Formats: sequence, C-alpha cells, structure tokens
Amino acid sequence: MDLYEYQAKELFTKHGVPAPAGKVVTSVDDAVAAAEELGLPVMVKSQVKIGGRGKAGGVKFAATADDVRTHAGNILGLDIKGHVTRQILITPASEIAEEYYVSFLLDRSNRTYLAMATHEGGMEIEQLAEERPDALAKIQIDAIKGVDADKAAEIADAGKFPAEVRDQVIEVLQGLWKVFTEEDATLVEVNPLVKDGDGKVVALDGKVSLDDNAEFRHPDHEALADDTAGDPLEARAKELDLNYVKLDGEVGIIGNGAGLVMSTLDVVAYAGAKHGDVKPANFLDIGGGANAKVMANGLDIILGDEQVKSVFVNVFGGITACDEVANGIVGALDLLGDAATKPLVVRLDGNRVEEGRKILNDRNHPLVTQAETMDAGADMAAAAAQNASAQPSK
Amino acid sequence: MSIYLNKDSKIIVQGITGGMGAKHTALMMESGSNIVGGVNARKAGTTVTHKNAEGQDVELPVFGTVAEAIEKTGADTSVVFVPPAFAKDAVVEAIDAGIELLVVITEGIPVQDSAWFWQYCQDKGSKTRIIGPNCPGIITPGESLAGITPHTITGKGPVGLVSKSGTLTYQMMYELRDLGFSTAIGIGGDPVIGTTHIDALKAFQDDPETKAIVMIGEIGGDAEERAAAFISENVTKPVVGYVAGFTAPEGKTMGHAGAIVSGSAGTAQAKKEALEAAGVKVGKTPSETAQLLRAVLPS
Repeated sequence: MDLYEYQAKELFTKHGVPAPAGKVVTSVDDAVAAAEELGLPVMVKSQVKIGGRGKAGGVKFAATADDVRTHAGNILGLDIKGHVTRQILITPASEIAEEYYVSFLLDRSNRTYLAMATHEGGMEIEQLAEERPDALAKIQIDAIKGVDADKAAEIADAGKFPAEVRDQVIEVLQGLWKVFTEEDATLVEVNPLVKDGDGKVVALDGKVSLDDNAEFRHPDHEALADDTAGDPLEARAKELDLNYVKLDGEVGIIGNGAGLVMSTLDVVAYAGAKHGDVKPANFLDIGGGANAKVMANGLDIILGDEQVKSVFVNVFGGITACDEVANGIVGALDLLGDAATKPLVVRLDGNRVEEGRKILNDRNHPLVTQAETMDAGADMAAAAAQNASAQPSK
Repeated sequence: MSIYLNKDSKIIVQGITGGMGAKHTALMMESGSNIVGGVNARKAGTTVTHKNAEGQDVELPVFGTVAEAIEKTGADTSVVFVPPAFAKDAVVEAIDAGIELLVVITEGIPVQDSAWFWQYCQDKGSKTRIIGPNCPGIITPGESLAGITPHTITGKGPVGLVSKSGTLTYQMMYELRDLGFSTAIGIGGDPVIGTTHIDALKAFQDDPETKAIVMIGEIGGDAEERAAAFISENVTKPVVGYVAGFTAPEGKTMGHAGAIVSGSAGTAQAKKEALEAAGVKVGKTPSETAQLLRAVLPS
C-alpha cells in the first residue's frame, strides 16, 4: 500500500524524523483556515499517490490568504495522471538552503535492502541515476544488522553530505530506518530532504510504501487505507477479498494463479488484435483452491463492468477443482437470471476437469461456450466481444 | 537423475496438522512421496494417518521440533505450510536443524521476514536450500513431490522446468505432458525468494537426465535478465522461455524507487529481449513456448 505524503510524514514524526507541521483539508475554506492557523506563507500540496505533482501544478506557494484560496480552488479536483486530488496538504513554506535525497528500499536482486543517498537533491532522482549514477550513493544493508549509527554514517558519507549537516543526516537516517522496519515498509523515500534557513535538516516530502503481507501485525495501518481514490469495481472486489485490477478493455478475464491470469491477459490481447483490437478488461485471480462462491463473486464483479462485452474464464485446476469452478459459473448465472447478457467462454483443464465440463454441458446455458484450449478460448472470447461491440447497445 | 529431489528424499511437513498441511500431505503421499512425519509443537507425540500410493493407511508421527524429526526419521527435506505469522520461526528452526531442502509453500509472508531468514541462512553458512516462499514447490515426476503441484499431469521425461508461477508450471507441464519432466520447480512469486532461476538452470545444466529447459518468468525485478546473462555464459543445453505480463499495467505492483535500481528492467518486453539476446527462444503464449521446446529438444 502506497501512502499519501501527509501519512508518510506522520510516520516520520512518530519515529523522530523532523517534518514540517501540516493540515490536510478537503475544501477551500478549510485550506484558508489551516493556512491562517499555521501561519503564512504556506505551500498548498495536492495529495495524490503519484509522482510529478509539481509539474502538473499540484504544488503551489501561497504568500497570502487570497493565494491560498486561488491555489486550493485550482488544486482540489485537479487530475494528475488519472489521480484526482480530493485532499490537499497545507504546510508552512520552509526556506530552503540546500536539497538532498535519501531512501531505503527493498533490493530484490540481492535479497536485502538498499540505502540510496545524495547531497545533490532538487532534481528527478531517476534522471540523476541515469545521467550521473556516481552522484547517487547506493549502500547495501544487512537485513539482520540493519542501520545503526555507524551504518548511517557510512550512508551519509557515501552521499557526500556537507560536514555541518552530517550529524543531523545520521539521525534522520536512523529514524527513517525505524520507519522502514517497524512499519514493515518496502520503500521509504525523502525527496527532498532539506537544510532550512536555520540550518535544520527536515523531510519536506515523503513517500512510503507498506508491505500488504505484514498487515496482520499492524492493525493501526488499516486506518491508512483509502479506497475512495480507487476504481469503484476495485474497491468492491477488495471487499470481497478478490485480487482484481481494472483495465481498459472489453474481454473480462477470470483465472487462477497470478502467472496464468497475466498470461491469459496477454493471450487475449494477441487474439484481440485479430478481432477489432478488443483488449482484456481486467486482471482477476481467484486463487488456488477457489470454490463456487469465489467464482460467483468474481463473475459478479466482472459483469458489473459496463465496458465488458464478453468473459473468458481460464482455469487450470491444480488445487482448484474444475467442478467447483463450473458450479460457481452455473450458480452465478442462475442468480443473475435475465441480468446476465454477456457471452462466457470457459476453458477448464486439470483437477476434476471431466466433472467440471459435464456440469457445464448438462446445464447447457445459452451464454456459455466451452473451449478446449487456452488459445482457442481467448480467440472465441475476443470474437464474441467484437461481435457484441459491433451491435448497437440495447 | 533429477534436481534437488528424488525417490530417496525423506520428507517431513511443518504444519502437518493444519488444513493446508493435511490436505497436501495426503496428496504428496498419494503421489508416492516418502513422507516420514510432521512437526507441530502443540501436537508432539500424536500421529496422523494418510493413504500411500498403494492405498494403504500409513501412520505418520508428529514431532515437537524439526531437529527431533530429523533425528528420529533421517528426514532431509521439509515442506512448510505454517501460516505467514509463524513462517519465519518455522524456517529458522529448519535451518538450525540442518535440513537440506526446505520448501516454503506459505503465501503472504512479510518480505522483511523473508529477507531476514535469507540473511540468517547466509550468516550461518547453512547448507539448507530454500525454495520459495509463495511457491508450488518441486516435483520429480514418478519419484517424489515436495509441494502442491498436481502429480497427475505428466510423468518422467527429458524436460526441466523452472517457473515463478504455480499455475503456469501446471499449464506448461500439461502442454508437454507427452514428453514428461526430469524435475519441475516453482521458485515463487515473492520479491525475496531462496532458490532462483539461475540456481535451477545451473542444476539442470549439470543433470544428465535433463535434455532441454523451459524457463518461465513474469514482470517485476530483474531475475530473468540475470538468468539470461547466466545462460549465455554457462548453459549449453537448449533453453526456451516464456514471460507473462506484457499487458500488465505499469506501476500497479512496482514501486517508484525500485524502478531506479533496475533501470529499464522489470517489464515483460525487457525480459523477453534479454532472453532473446542470450539465444533463448521466447514464446508469445504457453502453447507457442511448448512448440519451441519441441523444436529444440535433442532427439
């Protein structure tokens, strides 16, 4: 789970990393009130979980209450790469003497963590990594030893931080490491970390990603979740505990196992190229051991997507039993009755495939067609979506 | 021959009394695996009964610790089904007990726990080979199954398979069911895993029974790119590849700063190109990949 800037800064403060005060608001009037309470001048910052806010006009300096009113009005509702601004952060404008960069992240290749640091902040870090990789220090961290004062000093020195801020940076790095480990983060990034007018080192921005797998030991993280920003179908799928991602396409996809579902999307996209360029409408993994109920829930989500013209159910039963899947399809269709209008192509193989195919044959539902192979099923589903798209909608 | 697992492997199950553990212990027994017992500290001294491949009931002892299970049974392999919150302790216990092969099926282990036990295993200089977590395990058809891969898909043969994905492993075994497999290993889809594509490729290269290799990858990380580099330097047997996730949306699973570390790596296209540059033919679909394998398999 990615956090908003203000949530990241709350975690920074909790673990002793200096970050400016701020208030999150959702209306222009509240923005002005917050600015007057915090003291002008302030920054008005869009809270969206995507980079490039500044370039998109989502971060503005406001010297007066009128400025706050203008900027808050412009930024609330601002669409930044598909992320609509619903909350803004009002925070005192800091005087910036120098800008730095620090982060901790998971280093998959080396199966441990990496610290990245540079005293040359103030630019896109990807750009710096590309153009002058030597300027960005990358220090490997031992997953058991972690970051103590000595390790923090090693990182600060590798990042060539100026002597007058070295001790403060070492403190900040240790605090950020606490955020990383104690909150079970996979990324903690401060860009920029700044030296302000008083020579104090402060986290002016923050990005934190938390490990969803660790939710069970962080009950407090539930409060950080925010489904309002996401797609309504994704939010509903999450409620049903389904692994669903909405895409822009016409062929609804249901499969089991992340790899097979990804592969199914690809195969449908290839087939779609021959059928009016229809595309997969979603990723939906019903998981190992999926039963009839899970299948029915999945179908319900996908048929709720108005863009969907046909559905391809692609299941290879390893743990999953094909007869359970078939029962789920039949049960869901019966439940939907006349509301079900979209053709379903079903390919079943593996565990209890004969029983599964028999259930579908016996029910002989007019919307359901069975496919012998994954490739054939993808082709049939893409063709069905193309046909449906060609007809005027009812 | 095979890699990592064969008919002589003596297997214990950590979490043998839980729902998943019991279900898959039964399936492993049915496949003919030599399961010699299980571990659950709270049920030490009891037994569980499952049918073997011949349909006869076999009583399996439940031990309090992995160390005790090894001492009493001579087990060399353990399959872990314990829930995520207890998985780290279970893995550490197995490493401490000196198990040779440790297959971690559990899905949903916090990545910091995996990074921790991986480091622990390195620091100890342990001989334990970890497969997973979040994987279907390993099968040497006709000999042994340590994991959850269906044993009925296909039998013994000349193809070695290594994959991040469970269901794509099954799909590929099914596509090539007429040929059969020396060993098929699912290394898992978590960001931090024990055995890698490279480890498995090296083992298949050294296994005389494996004549050709299928390598299945998916988006994220740079394991496939690194495997490609390894193949061009070290693998003389024919390798074909498949990568899932060409249509996966950007940014849904990959962190912003993670992308810095791997540069352009992480996309399916980058992985395909890296593999092709190493001389590996990459299929657009699982079925095309199976055809490519047939074409390169030495007769």
